[in-house]
Amino acid sequence: MIPFTVNGKKRNYQGPAFKRLLDVLREDFGLAGTKEGCGEGECGACTVLLDGKPVTSCLIPVCQVQGRKVETVESLGRPGRLNPLQKSFAEHAGAQCGFCTPGILMTASRLKKTDPEAVRLGLAGHLCRCTGYAHIVESVTKAPRSRKR
Amino acid sequence: MRGSPRSMTVLRPRDAAEAVSLCAEHPSARPLAGGTDYMVLWNMGGLNGQSVLDLSGVQGWRGIRKTVTGLSIGALATHAELRDDPAVRREFPLLAQAASVVGAEQIQNRGTLGGNIANASPAGDTFPALAVYEATVVAVSRKGQRSIPFCEVFAGVKKTNLEPGELISSIELPYLSRRPYRQLYRKVGTRAAMSISKTVAAGLLWLAPERSVRELRFALGSMAPTVRRLKAAEELVKGKRLSPEVAAEACESMRKDVSPIDDVRSTAQYRLHVSQNLLSDFLLG
Repeated sequence: MIPFTVNGKKRNYQGPAFKRLLDVLREDFGLAGTKEGCGEGECGACTVLLDGKPVTSCLIPVCQVQGRKVETVESLGRPGRLNPLQKSFAEHAGAQCGFCTPGILMTASRLKKTDPEAVRLGLAGHLCRCTGYAHIVESVTKAPRSRKR
Repeated sequence: MRGSPRSMTVLRPRDAAEAVSLCAEHPSARPLAGGTDYMVLWNMGGLNGQSVLDLSGVQGWRGIRKTVTGLSIGALATHAELRDDPAVRREFPLLAQAASVVGAEQIQNRGTLGGNIANASPAGDTFPALAVYEATVVAVSRKGQRSIPFCEVFAGVKKTNLEPGELISSIELPYLSRRPYRQLYRKVGTRAAMSISKTVAAGLLWLAPERSVRELRFALGSMAPTVRRLKAAEELVKGKRLSPEVAAEACESMRKDVSPIDDVRSTAQYRLHVSQNLLSDFLLG
């Protein structure tokens, strides 16, 4: 058994220790907001927060998160109750197909600086094939700043 | 084919002593730290059925400590820790810079310095910095521990000189006795993040009072099966004033220490040309 916290809730995972965190979140816990893009840690689609830091969940065997805190896109907001960062993505067309969006939201939610250059650098570990990034950067820079977005 | 979790055997030591014992008892188990390289291959299904020695629970190999003579970097220190650590930034800025261009934020938060070294990629981003800082790698086994000069850790592409049963516990960085006159770290890749370098360089230069070269240290990655110090160029410029002629000679001598190849990321010709430009710009300032 591997205990860890997901979105503030204590969970006990029972299953193979080498299952990827990405698959445990989606298949075992039904948190399908986290997406698999490349499966090689290049595209950033599967990014979640591990102890508050962005990581690619496709590269983490679940045994390595024992006792730690995981946050997924489901922790930010819900349909009808989006958080300010998510609202800003909706308002500024930061999402098109939406596949890369959950990962980008997780990294963006932890950015310390939100001037356009810092946002571009901070999101360099994410690929988006639709938007050309301008709308994503705008969504982040124009989101109202708060401690917990 | 995909990675099959059920096919894997996971050994999970809780401290360094247990890690060393398990490593001796299970010589075929692959040591796993941040997993940023291993998991890529595993996801493709190429490593099914393996045993893995998960070192992530070994607290004693984490963190960055000051010693009398320098810094001791735990093998499990992440690139994000190296990038942000005030002592690394102050004393070994080229290593902090290198750590900040490894993958991207998500990879820097997971990948470890020990894992990066054990992985022995010819393109390891931190290697040229560690080579010019003349780091030492400490390996432990049941027999005890030994210190290996950084460049001697590597035996070839993805091969180290670590013996079966040996694990990297720390990387020792000796303080520089003099502040360098000029220093450089530069990674040349195709994308701002996540790219594997075409060439990657680190340099340290000290001048004597009359402005001749007291010492040059210059290292290149992705230019040979392992990271290389440019011994010929370093020797050639010693005691000389840096002129365009001296720089050209140093660049010409580069081929003695590197052997770039054509591959999916670049060509031998481009790699050599860019590396020579980096060395020339560094020497002429």
